[in-house]
Amino acid sequence: MINGTVVELSRIQFAATALYHFLFVPLTLGLSFLLAAMETVYVTTGKLIYRQMTQFWGKLFMINFALGVATGLTMEFQFGTNWSFYSSFVGDIFGAPLAIEGLMAFFMESTFVGLMVFGWERLSKGQHLAVTWLVALGSNLSALWILIANSFMQDPQGAVFDPTTMRMQLSSFPRLVFSPDAQSKFVHTSIAGYVTAAIFVAGVSAFYLLRNRHTELAKRSFRMAALFGVMATIGVITLGDALGFVDAQAQPTKLAAMEGLWRSEAAPMPFNLIAFPDQTKQENHAVVQVPALLSLLVTHSLNGTVPGVDELEQQAALKIDNGIPAVEALQALSKHPNDAAALAEFKMHEQDLGYGFLVQRYAPDLEKVTPQDIARAARDCIPPVAAVFWSFRLMVGFGLLMLAFFVLAVLYSLRNRVQEKVWFLNAALWMIPVPFLANEAGWLVAELGRQPWTVYGMLPTWMSASTHSVGYMAFSLTGFIAVYTAFIIVEMYLMVRAIRHGPDGPGHENGPASRPRPVLAPRPLPAAPHEMNLEG
Amino acid sequence: MGLYAMLQVIWWLLLGVLLIGLAVMVGMDMGVGAILRVVGRTDLERRVALNIIGPHWDGNQVWFILGGGAIFAAFPLIYATAFSGFYVVMLLLLWTMIVRPLGFEYRSKIASPAWRNVWDWSLFVSGAIPMIIFGAAIGNLFHGVPFHFQWNLTSVYTGSFLNLLNPFAILTGLLSLSLSVMMGALTVMNGAEGDLYERARNVAQAGAATAFALFAIGGFWVRTIPGYSIVSGPGPGLPQTPLQQIVSLAPGAWQSNFGMHPILWVLPLAGFVGMLGALFAGRAGRSHLGWWLGALAWAGVIATAGAALFPFMLPSSSDPSMSLTLWNSSSSQLTLSWMLAMAIIFVPLILWYTSWAFWIMRGKVSADHVARDEHAY
Repeated sequence: MINGTVVELSRIQFAATALYHFLFVPLTLGLSFLLAAMETVYVTTGKLIYRQMTQFWGKLFMINFALGVATGLTMEFQFGTNWSFYSSFVGDIFGAPLAIEGLMAFFMESTFVGLMVFGWERLSKGQHLAVTWLVALGSNLSALWILIANSFMQDPQGAVFDPTTMRMQLSSFPRLVFSPDAQSKFVHTSIAGYVTAAIFVAGVSAFYLLRNRHTELAKRSFRMAALFGVMATIGVITLGDALGFVDAQAQPTKLAAMEGLWRSEAAPMPFNLIAFPDQTKQENHAVVQVPALLSLLVTHSLNGTVPGVDELEQQAALKIDNGIPAVEALQALSKHPNDAAALAEFKMHEQDLGYGFLVQRYAPDLEKVTPQDIARAARDCIPPVAAVFWSFRLMVGFGLLMLAFFVLAVLYSLRNRVQEKVWFLNAALWMIPVPFLANEAGWLVAELGRQPWTVYGMLPTWMSASTHSVGYMAFSLTGFIAVYTAFIIVEMYLMVRAIRHGPDGPGHENGPASRPRPVLAPRPLPAAPHEMNLEG
Repeated sequence: MGLYAMLQVIWWLLLGVLLIGLAVMVGMDMGVGAILRVVGRTDLERRVALNIIGPHWDGNQVWFILGGGAIFAAFPLIYATAFSGFYVVMLLLLWTMIVRPLGFEYRSKIASPAWRNVWDWSLFVSGAIPMIIFGAAIGNLFHGVPFHFQWNLTSVYTGSFLNLLNPFAILTGLLSLSLSVMMGALTVMNGAEGDLYERARNVAQAGAATAFALFAIGGFWVRTIPGYSIVSGPGPGLPQTPLQQIVSLAPGAWQSNFGMHPILWVLPLAGFVGMLGALFAGRAGRSHLGWWLGALAWAGVIATAGAALFPFMLPSSSDPSMSLTLWNSSSSQLTLSWMLAMAIIFVPLILWYTSWAFWIMRGKVSADHVARDEHAY
C-alpha cells in the first residue's frame, strides 16, 4: 500500500510542474504560427518590416521556448519517476503517443528551430519560410500527440485489461488516436494557444503604441494579432462546447462537478451561474440560476438531462460491488497464472476492475470489505466540486472577456483608430495575463475533474504513484520549487528586458522601427495599412 | 522465432540505437558544455564554442526525450521501475539537464561578465553531471538494482541513493564523461580556428586516452562481478509478468554471451578502435574523421554493455528472479508493431533533415561573425 501523503505530494508535484510547463507551451503553439504568418507576408510582399516583425517576435518566442523545452523534459520522465505503477499499468498504450510525439513532432520542431534562429543568412527566403512553418507544424503536432495521451486518461479508448500481463494493453490504435475526447481536446487546447499568442502580441504592441515607439511594427502586429485572435477565440469557445458535450458522455462525474449538480433533475435543467458548492453536505449555497440553460449546453437539447452526484454515487457503489470479485480473481491469477476458474471469474467482472481497486484503498484485504468502505469509495468517485466548478467558470469567463476584447480590437484596428483609444491600449496590457490564467484553469478543470482516477474508471490515483518515502517527495518537491522559481525570475526578467529594448535591440529604444514611416534599407516602406494582405 | 519475439528483439536493438544516438548527439553538446571553460579562455572564444553547437543542441536533445518515450512505449516496466528506483539521481540528472536550454538561450543576452560566468558554470554542471549519471546508470545494471514487485506489479525500490554510487558505476560514469569530452572537443575542432581549436585538440586526445583506459579497466573489472542467467521461465515471445521466472547468479555469467558467440568480441573491439582512431585523427587535425570514429567508439561501448547483459535489461539484486528482461518487460505485440511502423517512417526522415541542418550550418564559426550576429548565442 502506498503512503497517502506520498500520493498527495506526488499529485502536487505533478500539478505544479505541469501547470508551470503549461505557462510556456500555449504561447509557443500560437506564436509559432504568428511568426510563420508574418514571415509569409514578408516573403510574398517583400516588405522588410515583416522580416523585422518576424525576427523581433522570434526573439521573444525563443526566450519563452527555452523554458518550454526545459520543463517539458522533466514531464517526459515524471510518469516513470513518480507514477511508476501508472506507467507500467498503461505504458503499453500511453507510452506510444509520447514516443510518436518525439519521432514525428518534437524532433522536427527542435531541429528546425535551430535553423530558424541561425539560418537567416544561410537559407534562401523560401527555405527559411519553410523552416518557420515546420517549427509551427512541429509544435502543434507535438500538442496533438500529448493530448491524445492525455485523452486516454480521460476516456480510455482502444485498450483492454490483459490478466496474463496484469496491465492494460492496446486493442486498437485508431480508436486511441481518434477518440472523440482527443480530437476535440486537441483543437480546443491548441487554439487556446493561438489565443494566448494573439493576446501576448496585442498586449506588447499596445505597450509600444502607448509610448509611441516602433509604431509601424506595433500597429501591424496588433492588427494581425487581433484578426488571428478573434478567429481563435471563437474556435476555442466552439470546441470547448464540443468538449463539454463529449465529457457529458464519457465523464459524467466531471460534468456534475463542473456544474455543481448534486442531484439529478428533470429536463430542462437550469444552469448554476453562481454557486458555492459544499462537498460534505452535497449542496450549493447562494445559487444564481439560468433556467433550462444546462440541458441546452451539455445535451444541445431542451429535453436532455445529465445525472447528478446522488445518482452517480449509487451507480459507483454498484460497480464497486461488481469490481471486488474482479480484483480477488486477479490476485488468484497473479499467484497461479493457469487458474482457469479464477480467469472465468475475472472475465465475469472485469468491466468494473477499476472500481474494485478504488475500494481497496480502504480495504486492502477485500475479504474484509465493509458497506462503509464501499460507501466511502463511492463518495470518492466525485471530484472536488467547488474547485472544478470555479475553475470552469473562470476559464469560460476569461474566454468571453477575450472574445469581447478581440472584437473591439478588430473594429478599432481595421478603422486604424487603435492609437487613439488609449484606454483600450491600456486594457490590452492588462489582458496579457488573462489567457495564461484561462489555460491554467482549463487544465485544472480537466485534471481535477478526472479525480479520483488517473485513468478514468480503470485506475485510481491512490495506487498509481511510485512507492517513495515522504522524505524523497519533500526533497524533490523542494528542488522543483527552487529550480523553477529561479527559472521564471530569469525568464520574466529577460522577457521584460527584451520588450523594453524593442525590435532594434539594446540602446535603440528610439531606433528606426519607432519612426512613424521608417526608412529601413534598402527602400522606403509604404506604410498604408490597407495595402496589407494578411493571408499573403 | 515467433513474430512477437522478433519484435521484442527489434525493439531491444532499436533502443540500443536510440541510446547510441543519445550518447553521440547529446553527449557531444554536453561535452562542449563541460569543456567550455577549459577550451574557451575569453568570452568570445566561449561564444564561438557555443555557437558551433548553437543551431543543433535543441534537435540533438530530442534523442534524450525520444529515448525516454521509446522506453516508455516499448518497455513500460523498465521505464516505470528504473526511473522510480533511480529517483534521486534521475532528479539530479533532470535538474542539471534543464539548466542547459537556458544556458544556451540566455547566456549571451546580457553582457555582464558575472551573468555570463554563472551560465558558463551552469553549462559545465549541466554537461558533466548528466553524462556521469548516464554512464553510472548503465554501470549499475551489472551489479543489479535492489527492487521487487508486489502481486499487481507495483515496483518497490529498497536501496538508497548511495547504493548507486558504487565504484564500478563511478568508473562507467567517468567513461561516459570522457567519451563526451572527447566528442565535445572534436565538435569544437570541427567549427573553430586558432587557439580555441588547438586547446580543443589537446582535450580531444586526453578524452580519448582516458576513455580507452577506463573501458579497458572496466572490461577486466566486470569479470569479477557475478552475472545473471535465466534458469527457467516462460521464455521469448510469450505474454508474461516478471513474477514467473527463476534467475540465478553465477561468476562470469556476464561473459557467457561472448563465450557462446565469439563474433560479439567485434563490439568491444569497435569501441577500442574508435577511441584510438579518434585520438590519432584528433592529433592529426582530422576532426571530422575523428568525430565519426568517436561515434563508433560510443556505439561499441553501448553495444558491448547490451550484449553482455542480454536478455537482461534491469537485473534485480534483491530478488534476482524478478529481474526485468526484454521478454518480460516489453509492450504487447500490437504496440510494438505500431511503434515499429512509426519508427520505419520517421527515423529515416529524422536522419535526413538532421543531416540537412548540419549541412546548412557547416563550416567554421568565425569570431567576427559571432560578435556581429544579433541572433548568435
